[in-house]
Parts: sequence; structure tokens; C-alpha cells
Amino acid sequence: MKFTLSWLKDYLDTDASVDRLAEAMTALGLEVEGVEDPTATLKDFIVADVLECVDHPDSDHLHVLKVATGTETIQVVCGAPNARTGLKGILARPGVAMPDGMVIKKGKIRGVESQGMMCSFRELGLGEDHAGIVDLDSAAAAGTPVTEILSLDPVFDISITPNRADCLGVRGIARDLAAKGVGTFKDPAVAPVKGAFKSPVGVRLDFAATTAKACPLFVGRYVKGVNNGPSPQWLQDRLTAVGLRPISALVDVTNYLTIGRARPLHVFDADKLTGDVVVRFAKDGETVVALDGKTYTLDSGMVGICDAAGVQSIGGVMGGEPTGCGDATVNVFVESALFDPIAVARAGRALQVDSDARYRFERGVDPASAIDGMEIATALILEICGGEASELVIAGAVPAAPAEIAFRPAKVKTTGGLHVETAEMVAILDRLGCSVKVESEVLRVTPPTWRGDITGEHDLVEEVLRVVGYDNVPATPMSRLPMPKVVLTDAQRRRGWMRRALASRGITEAVTFSFMDSRNAGAFGWSDPMLKVDNPISSELDVMRPSVLPNLIAAASRNLARGIADVALFEIGPQFDGPNPGEQRLVAAGIRTGKTGPRHWGQPPRAVDVFDAKADALAALEAVGAPVATAQVNRNAPSWYHPGQSGTITLGRTVIAQFGTLHPAAVKKLGLKGRAVGFEVFLDAIPAPKKKPTRARPLLKVSPYPAVERDFAFVVDAGVTADKLIRAISGADKSLVQSVSVFDVFEGDSVGAGKKSVALSVTLQAMDRTLKDDEIEAVAQAIVAAALQASGGMLRA
Amino acid sequence: MDNLASLRDEVLEAVNAATTVAELDDVRVAALGKKGRITGMMKELGSLDPDARRERGQALNVVKDELAAALDARRQGLEDAQLNARLIAESADVTLPARPDAQGMIHPISQTMDEVIAIFAQMGFAVAEGPEIEDDFHNFTALNIPPEHPARQMHDTFYLPPQQDGSRYVLRTHTSPVQIRTMQGQQPPIRIVAPGRTYRCDSDMTHTPMFHQIEGLVIDKSTNFGHLKGCLIEFIETFFEVSNVPVRFRPSFFPFTEPSAEVDIGCSRKNGELHIGAGDGWLEILGCGMVHPNVLTACGLDPNEYQGFAFGMGIERIAMLKYGIPDLRTFFDADLRWLKHYGFLPLDLPTVTGGLSR
Repeated sequence: MKFTLSWLKDYLDTDASVDRLAEAMTALGLEVEGVEDPTATLKDFIVADVLECVDHPDSDHLHVLKVATGTETIQVVCGAPNARTGLKGILARPGVAMPDGMVIKKGKIRGVESQGMMCSFRELGLGEDHAGIVDLDSAAAAGTPVTEILSLDPVFDISITPNRADCLGVRGIARDLAAKGVGTFKDPAVAPVKGAFKSPVGVRLDFAATTAKACPLFVGRYVKGVNNGPSPQWLQDRLTAVGLRPISALVDVTNYLTIGRARPLHVFDADKLTGDVVVRFAKDGETVVALDGKTYTLDSGMVGICDAAGVQSIGGVMGGEPTGCGDATVNVFVESALFDPIAVARAGRALQVDSDARYRFERGVDPASAIDGMEIATALILEICGGEASELVIAGAVPAAPAEIAFRPAKVKTTGGLHVETAEMVAILDRLGCSVKVESEVLRVTPPTWRGDITGEHDLVEEVLRVVGYDNVPATPMSRLPMPKVVLTDAQRRRGWMRRALASRGITEAVTFSFMDSRNAGAFGWSDPMLKVDNPISSELDVMRPSVLPNLIAAASRNLARGIADVALFEIGPQFDGPNPGEQRLVAAGIRTGKTGPRHWGQPPRAVDVFDAKADALAALEAVGAPVATAQVNRNAPSWYHPGQSGTITLGRTVIAQFGTLHPAAVKKLGLKGRAVGFEVFLDAIPAPKKKPTRARPLLKVSPYPAVERDFAFVVDAGVTADKLIRAISGADKSLVQSVSVFDVFEGDSVGAGKKSVALSVTLQAMDRTLKDDEIEAVAQAIVAAALQASGGMLRA
Repeated sequence: MDNLASLRDEVLEAVNAATTVAELDDVRVAALGKKGRITGMMKELGSLDPDARRERGQALNVVKDELAAALDARRQGLEDAQLNARLIAESADVTLPARPDAQGMIHPISQTMDEVIAIFAQMGFAVAEGPEIEDDFHNFTALNIPPEHPARQMHDTFYLPPQQDGSRYVLRTHTSPVQIRTMQGQQPPIRIVAPGRTYRCDSDMTHTPMFHQIEGLVIDKSTNFGHLKGCLIEFIETFFEVSNVPVRFRPSFFPFTEPSAEVDIGCSRKNGELHIGAGDGWLEILGCGMVHPNVLTACGLDPNEYQGFAFGMGIERIAMLKYGIPDLRTFFDADLRWLKHYGFLPLDLPTVTGGLSR
């Protein structure tokens, strides 16, 4: 919402500076987004007299001027065609910044020194006039600051929140400022224009009782014998200053009321109307050519202002071109109506029309403003265009006034946190236009018609607080416990541990979008069409991701394109299993590509493989205390993993993680060249830790007796898992076998086709004695027997 | 006596001549070993008469001790030399690069969330969470945003396909639905913050279709607008780690709060560099207000009994302001160069008492 200081002063009697006004508006919730104040930008420009104007010796269009500044005479080179001796112009001296930021410097132009610049209006930021330099018709002496002789009008640009429809007019802003005490609200009564005849155009509202609110009121007036043309300069200036293009007096008057009083109007060329005006819902498919020249096809939820020929205007949105006013217009029919905000908003959205009328009607135009608006508009039309006005034609009625609100002044203290005297509250509400009846414990407040947003006591608390100023509310510390408590849930703490554990392993955390390209999502388990976004931002982001991995693969691919081959990324975020709220799972997923590190003189890197992904998954699980020791590793990872190089980690039937080399086809689909390994850990599937009464740890039990290490090698079928051997050996003597590790796996001709050799190291130790040779021998035999039985293999010679 | 003296000289000469520990050992064995020459002389003492034995014995012991000491000293010298030779042979070019360790980083969004949570945890706020696919009730209606309300135009909402009954789920446009779920699920007093992903159908220089918010909610019988100011001013000073940041509460409008405010912090923008806490500019960082009675009612709470405040802010926005990150869109690109530069070390766990950041 843009307006000028002089426009504001039509409604506000104030001496406040531009800065003070801007500050007050922001404090009232009318956020100032910008102030263009020419009195500030032009403060260093002065009036200067051209004492002499001669042609430049080395140019056919430049002049060399002798210019009096009031204190000295300087030389200025100037190219303006209107430069002449005796001209009184505006001078920018060296060091002065132009409104566009350029700073004037002394210089030579074609060999002649120039000590300043004579300016055009456009160069001063005052309109578009650039035909020549400013030629003042003024008695002001040279050296006078231009701010003292030009009528400069600062322009405010403020952002209005959707609840403040009343401030979409300058008058509403003035009222708010007056309520805050920044001046006095000027609100002279509107004088009615006497109708000289009965309007030849009648108006009928054609709605059922249930839909009457679509247009509850239509005020019309016929004005005959007008002479349309350009509007007067003051009106054109007003509109230009706020960014509107002057069109013609009749149109400019409606825009003037729209901006000045938030009262949209429309003017029909009455001679182009056929019969009476009927306001009704459009029929599906009815069309209208609007003032923007476009043809709109309406539906039955949109209000049409119609005549016998059809829809002539889209109610509250935009008028029609065929019945619009032009230079030849002689008789007009003026509309000042009221439309349902919801219907206007819907129509405006559906038709994709943004207009000043729609903007105001969908936020709520003052229901009581229709007649005043009509009277002011009529008076202006008669003044500017002449003519004779009819009596008013009124269809419908002004809706009922807002209901009275019981307002306990104490609420300002108990919810607003601010003590305000009741008398001051009454004064504030009164200045805002409320009528207030004071009772002992309660104020009976009737909000003004233009404040449809005030419906309850809480709204009045806000009004008082806002006008007194939020700055005056004392900041109060929150009450709190002397010692903070743990507030994170176990799940939240685990997420943090897992995040930091993974990053400690050299994997960097990424955050990627929760959606992905549906063309790739099928490869990662997506099938439910209800998970597609109906209005995606782009076709690459059109489905809720069924796994975190694809976005990480795409991220790896982007990094590869930037020359980073060894990517290690993880993300902790949601995957979407179903379209209903809550059908999402928190997943920690990671990806590695390329090698384990850069080429290095002392540590040659190797390609990442499935066991890096397994280690990541296990580390993530261990970081949150998952019972990794009792978990099983199986070969049933989903299809986006390499079928031979992947696994799941399960507790019973619950998959808590999966890992592996990623399926080359899936990786390729996402544009990643080369091999990638990855993992997914399902945080919600990891069982909660047992609640313990204390943080005491179990006693440390270590044996004081020496441990013995023995190595075994078995030749087994290639399909026998290492896990099978480890479990058999661990079970061979649970009290003595402390640990089992695999230190070599070998396949080759020497062990036979389809066979492999697995070498394991077993640590034996007793808690209560040093193991004797014969005991060790007996355990070793038990180990071999158990391993052979479980694996069907043989001891390697 | 003379043969003892000459033996002594002879052995000492051999000790000095030995160039390796092994040669020295041979000298020792030849002189002092079981069959050594000094040992042999000791054995001969038995054949002497007592006086001569005493005299000869003392002389032998003096020589024996002298030789033993000389052997030890020589051994030490040889060992030192040997060690020195080994160390010289083992010398490495220590200017070679050390073995690389991969260092993973924490994303600025996670770190900022941890910082924010650490601050509000001190004030007794728990952390609540909710689903990102939401129904219309929780995302809009319960928050006093009826259908066709102009405020819905402020949210460009992502919709999922219509259900059989025509209703459509949305990707939550803010974390505010967590307020609703919290109030529905627990009795006051309530103090929560709700961080998480949010979605709006908007993508340009300063908007991404997904971003993060953190919501705050306090409900009890007495919390008022002054507490809201106190709470947020404390938060802002602690979070930005700048004391006396100018803070401005500006009246604004949100359907779910009344009175509502937007909060600006003081800053300067000199030479394109943003400094928080100084200068005459203002930067909006969050929206807040007293919870609207309609919202309390929608959650089954009596607005005549309960009241409180709510606030919401963008995680990326405050991270960008605090850490000088210029472009929102880069947060979601997973560019490792960016992540290494703007990310945080995993051991830098923010705490209020230990410091939020370095």
C-alpha cells in the first residue's frame, strides 16, 4: 500500500516528521517497507541562476554556462536544449549524490571544465520529465535549497496484514495514527449530493435468501451529461505518486476513492447498458471481456453485474470493457456495492485476476461505506466532469452493525502483561472508532463497521496493546526450575548420538528434500499413487520419497560432477511408507562411493565395498545401544541393493538396518556413474533401552589368568556363511571361548572348486584358573567337532 | 703380580678394541667367564697359604672389579653407538603428509536445531514432533484458518491426491500443527518446542519447497505477552551470542495468535556484511503471539482458564544470519565443499553452559 504524505494529511492533522510517522506506523503494525523522501534525497540541491549561456567550442549541442550559486559563480557544461541565459534551474554541486546514487564530481567535458550539473526533473527523481533541465518559475534567490521551493511529497510504502482491510485506504491509516496520538483525525461529515431526477437505470439483486450475502448491497446513481477527459493535475499527481496510471477523470475518481478510503467503485457508460442492472450469480460458461482486455469465462459461484445483454462486470473483481467509460462517454451509472469476501477471493483466484478492487473486497470493505463513497464520488465527478446526478438507487441493505463485545479491562494486564488505565483504554478505543459503554468491571465495546476483524475480547486486548505500543510491555523472564531437567526423549537423544557417531566416521551429514522424481521412485519401493504430490514444484520433485537413499545417490552424482569422486554422505530424515499422517519412518541412511580415501604415499586406498556399508550400519546401531550382539545378519535386502552383496540386520523379525552395494541399475537410473555402497538404519525399529533405576554399571569381571589364542582353518562349501562357523565355535564351550574372529577367507584351486577356506582365531580363557595343555587340547577338539558339524566341511591340513 | 698386571692391561686393551657388543661379550667371557682367565686365577687361590691368599685375593678382586666396570662402560658406549646408528638409519622425511583421516561434518540445520533446543531446554521446554503429512484440521482449521480465509493464500500449500471423501492431506506448511497435537494429547502446563521439516510450494532465490521451522508453545494459566517478550529476548541474546541485541516486537497478524507480533533484531549492513546487534537496520526473524482463543477451543481447552504464547521461526534463516551463510538453496544441495565449509565438527555439541559454538 503506497500513499503520499500530503494524501495522509488530508485525513490527519499532524506536524510529525516523516521518520516519526514511519516509526509510529510500524509500531502500530502497519509495517513500513520503504519511504521515498525527496526532501531527504534532495537536501543538497540548490536553486541556481544561469548568468550566461554560450555554445561549447568543441560540440554542436553542448553549452557552457556561468551559473550563480548564491555564494560564487561557477562554470557548468550542459547539454540541455532549453539552457539559456536567465534560466533559473536546479544545481548539483560536486560531492552531491544524485537520487540514483551517482556522486557529482568536477570534470572536463570535451576539454572544458564543468563544476557541477544542472538537473532535469527525472534526474531529481521527480517524474519522467527529461526534455530539458528544470526551468523554475520562481522568485527564489540563487542558493536556496530546492526543498524550500518545490512541493515535495514523501511516499510511504507499507505492508498491510490481511486483517487490516480498513488500512487499505489512506483514511484508515490516518485513523490508526491518530489513535496512537500522532496527530488528529480529520473526518468531516460527507455531504450528500441532491438527486435531480430518478435514475433511468434500476437495480435488482437476484439471489436466494441463503446466498444473499454474495452481494447484500448495491448503491447506484445515474449521472447525465458528463464530460470525460484527463483528470486535474492534483489527482493525476496523487495517482502517479502511488504507482497508478491516470486514465480518465471518471476512472481516476474511482481509483482515488479506492486508495483514499478503501472504497472500490465502478463506473459504467450508462448508454452502453441494456435495461436495468441485475446482480446475480453468473451462469456456468458466461463470458465477459474485462477492462484488462481479456475474456473471462465465469462459473456459477461468481457474482456478475448484468444487464439484459448479459454479464457486464465481475462483481468485486473487475469491470467490463464493453460498458466501460471512454472519452465519448456522456451518461454514466456509478456502482458502489458490497460483495462477499469469500466469493470475491474465489473468483479472483479462479480467474487469476489481481485488481485493487479484489484486493480490498476479499479482505473486507467497510459495509457502511457504500453510500458515503457514492456521495464523494458523485461530488468529484460533478466537479471535474460536470453533469447532473440522479437520486440514489439502493438495492439490498447495509448489513447489521457488529455485535457488542464485553471487554474486561483487566485482561490487558493478565494476557497482555501491561497495566493501562481504563480511561486510557476507553480513549484509545474511541479514537479507533469503537463506541464504548463503561460499566464497573467491564467495558461494553461496539467495534466500528470497518473493523470486521474485531470480534472478541482478545481482539480488543490487542488493539489497546498495539496502540500503547508493544515496546511498553515489560519483558518478564519465564519461571523455571533452579536446575534444568532432561527434556529430550530417548528417541531424540538417540538421533543425536547416531548423527554425531556417523559424522565421526568421516561421513558428512546432508539434508535433502523429502520428495523425489516419481520416475525413479519405483526402483526404491514406491507404488502408492496417493503419495504423489498433486501440485509439485517440478516433475523432479513429485512424490514423497520411499527411501532416503535415492536423494543421496543423486547428491553423490552431483558431487562427482564437481570432481569429488570419494563421496561419503548421510542423512537422518523421513521416508514415507503411506499417505496418512504418521505413516513415515525416521531413517539414517548413508552412501559411500569411490575409494576409502585419497591416494597417499603411506596408505593406498581401496575401493569402498559392502563391508564399509556394514560397518557404518553397525556403528550407527552401536551408537544408540542397539543389541548388535544378538542381531542377525540375513541376505534379504530390498531390490535397490546388489542381490549378492547386501544384507539386513534383524532382531527377531524386525529389520533394524539394511546395507550393501547399491544395485547398479538403481544407481545408474539416478545418474551416478560407478559403484556405490549404502545403508539404511530404521531408528524407530530399534527397541527402547530398559529403564534403569540408577546409572551404575555392572561390575567389571576380568580374568586374572592368561588367555590363549588358537587358530583353526576349515575348508567348507562356498555357500557356508562365516556366521555359521562363528556361532558353532562360540557354542562349543561357552565358558572358555571368549571371542572368535575370522582372519582369512580364501577361494582357489588349492581348496577345490566351489569350496573356500575360512581361518579363524579363537581366544580361550578361564575365569578361575590357568588353562592346562590337555584342557586346551580338549576345547580345541570340541571346537573342530562343532565347526565341522555345523558347516559340513573339513579341517584344513 | 706382574702377570696379573699384564693380564689386566691386556684385557683392558681388548675391551677398548671391541667394536661390537658380541666382540665385547667374547672379551668378557675370556676374562671373567666360568673358564675365564681371571676366574682361573681365583680358582688357584685355594692352593696358597692364608696370608698370600688374602693378599692375592684382594689384588684379584680389584682387577676383576676394574675390568667389570670397564666392560660395562664399553658395553654402554657400544649400545649407544648402535642405537644411534639405527636411529640415523631410520630417519624419515617428516615433511611427508600424515595419513589422511576422513572428517565428517554436521549439517548447519542440525547444529542450529541443537543450539535452539539447548537454549529452550534451559527454560524447561520439551521437544515435540509431529507428522509431515498432515490433515486439513491440524494444519489449518484448528489453527483458526477456515477455508477461503485470506491467510490461506499466505501459504502455498502442497496437496496430496484427494481421498475417497474428497478431503486431501497436505504437506504441513508450518510446524504449528504440532501445537495442536500437543494440546490435544496433554494437559497444561505445556512448554514445548517443535522443530522439523515444513513445505511450501515456492521456489526462487529465497525460497525452497522444503525448509525447517521450530515452533514454541507455552500454555498455562498465567503466561502473558510480557513472558513472551522475556522468553524470546533471552533466546535471541543467547542464540546469537551477542549481548544487548536490539529486539523489536512489531504488531502483526497470524490467524492463530492474538495479539500477534513479528520480531526484528537490530543489525547493520555495511559493505554488504551483516552485523547482528549493531547499527540502525532491522531484520525480521520470527513471528509470535498469544495463542488465539479459537485455537485453545479447537484443542478442547477452555480459553477462560488457559492462556499462553506460541512462536515460530525458520531454522535456515537464523542459521544464515548467525553464521553468515548467503544462499538458502545451498542448504539442500549436499555439495560436499559447502558442507565441509559451513558444517560443524561432530564433537561440537552445543550446550548453554559449555558454549553454543566456537
